[in-house]
Amino acid sequence: MSDNVIEVREVQKRYGTFTAVDGISFDVKRGELFGLLGPNGAGKTSTIRMIYGFSPLSGGSLRVFGHDITTGWRDVRARLGVCHQEDSLDEEMSVRDNLEIFAGFFGIPRAVARDRANRLLEFFGLENREKASVRELSGGMMRRLAIARALINEPDLLILDEPTTGLDPQTRHQLWEKLARLKNQGVTIILTTHYMEEAAQLCDRLIIVDHGKILVEGRPRDLVAQFVGKQIIESSPVCEGLRRFVTERGLEHEDLGHRMLIYCKDDENIYHEITKTYCQDNCILRMGTLEDVFLKLTGRELRE
Amino acid sequence: MSQSAPQLSWRLLRVWRRDWLVTRKSWLIGFMTPLLEPILYITSLGFGFRILIPEIQYEGHTLTYVVFMAPAIIATNIMYTAFMENSFSSFVRMYYQKTYDAIRATPLSVDEIIAGEIMWGATKSLMAATIMATVLSLFGLVRYPTGLGLLPLAFLGGLLFGAIGMLFTAFVKSIDMFNLPIFLLITPMYLFSGTFFPLENLPNWAQSVAWALPLTHLVSLARNLCLGTVSWMNVLVSGGYLLAATMLLVPLALRLMRRRLIQ
Ligand SMILES: Nc1ncnc2c1ncn2[C@@H]1O[C@H](COP(=O)(O)OP(=O)(O)OP(=O)(O)O)[C@@H](O)[C@H]1O
Ligand SMILES: [Mg+2]
Repeated sequence: MSDNVIEVREVQKRYGTFTAVDGISFDVKRGELFGLLGPNGAGKTSTIRMIYGFSPLSGGSLRVFGHDITTGWRDVRARLGVCHQEDSLDEEMSVRDNLEIFAGFFGIPRAVARDRANRLLEFFGLENREKASVRELSGGMMRRLAIARALINEPDLLILDEPTTGLDPQTRHQLWEKLARLKNQGVTIILTTHYMEEAAQLCDRLIIVDHGKILVEGRPRDLVAQFVGKQIIESSPVCEGLRRFVTERGLEHEDLGHRMLIYCKDDENIYHEITKTYCQDNCILRMGTLEDVFLKLTGRELRE
Repeated sequence: MSQSAPQLSWRLLRVWRRDWLVTRKSWLIGFMTPLLEPILYITSLGFGFRILIPEIQYEGHTLTYVVFMAPAIIATNIMYTAFMENSFSSFVRMYYQKTYDAIRATPLSVDEIIAGEIMWGATKSLMAATIMATVLSLFGLVRYPTGLGLLPLAFLGGLLFGAIGMLFTAFVKSIDMFNLPIFLLITPMYLFSGTFFPLENLPNWAQSVAWALPLTHLVSLARNLCLGTVSWMNVLVSGGYLLAATMLLVPLALRLMRRRLIQ
């Protein structure tokens, strides 16, 4: 078997006449933490749903653990865990029962399920709330429980659709640390997120999709270097002199009206030149980020 | 995942088990309703109508009103229990709690989830009927051994009315829309299926309509099992009707739910 846990080939997803995923191809390697980024409605959830056989493909082919998902979905699902974008915890049950009863769907014996539930409750810091009903949990606890539940079958592949949306920074950082530990244990992880900082920190590799198509694929740092450079000059407000200077020098830039981004690649002298001559106070030199890449590639208009 | 043939296996029992474990937590409510309902009916209708309807003619037998009506309490409860479970409750699990979505990340097919849910609805009907039959037995209103036939009847009726509930779950956009089938289908059946008066009292055309409805057959069998007057003809016709309708509507419910859920 190849080293790829997921192989996506020319996959399409249509809802009626609307094409949500438009022929995308990518691989996720064993042990990798792979990111799926894109604006709202880009087709991330649609893609993820096809990966675990929730949603049938409209075209192309998709293999997970070497199985064709269309025919081998049962074997595939036995070895993966999913944390949905929308909460799908069982509100009628306690925290512990959510884990133990879910284990039943995988046919895990009860004693084993109890054992694993103990470990997962501890791993996610929920052991004191095990008897609480899901309704009593905070958003962060619910999300932790949802991820814990996705791990009850000790999956080789963990699929997380926006696992950190709506969480406070503390919980988010704690989750990153848990994900890093899972990755160290050899779990392959694919995740979607709207937090670019998160993607930059966590992902070994990522793709940015828009309108159902892949725009770029690569390592976060490489993408930053390739598309925006290590450093960016940001000026706000923008004076006319600066506008002229940038055009004359033919610098790659983005003029947002009240704000201007100048991609100076690795040329630090430009910054000194600008601050000496033009707006001293309104100009900063900062690191290029994945967010810059994202906005540059997907544009700044609102979606949906 | 496939759109055509149902994908069923014993895994559907895992869904059944989930429902059982969740329901077990509130067992007292589940236990009290079928315990008290027959007592309420018997005291209210039984004593209330005792003077108005001293006795009633049913298929050549002369019965007191309580003896006539008691089996219908079980039959209508079988209908309501499974229908409610696979309409309102299943809809809540599907739509609000996303329970089905969660289970669809495990090695279970949509067919198994829905079949497990219908099986659970039937199990609830069976449990309620068992409790009700026990209570009615204490009042001497169930004859044995034929009364034991109520148990398989409850399960079969539960499958059928659960499937009917699930058919509507496959269509409704919001939970309020279940009031429509209740008003147009369930309540008329409750009133006109030989439940509270013998069908012979109805004009011929209305009798024919009544015999087309599943509850009429469920009531007829339940009554004859309780009275000890059940005939093979009865079992063949009404049992055959219920079985055929179940074998038709359960696969139809699976198919329509697949269409709703698999997108
Ligand atoms: N079941 C469906 N029926 C019809 N259209 C759908 C369905 N599911 C998704 N879509 C549409 O497909 C497109 C992609 O949706 P998808 O949920 O995959 O986006 P996403 O990238 O996950 O977005 P978000 O970041 O908002 O979660 C959207 O335009 C959405 O409206
Ligand atoms: Mg999404």
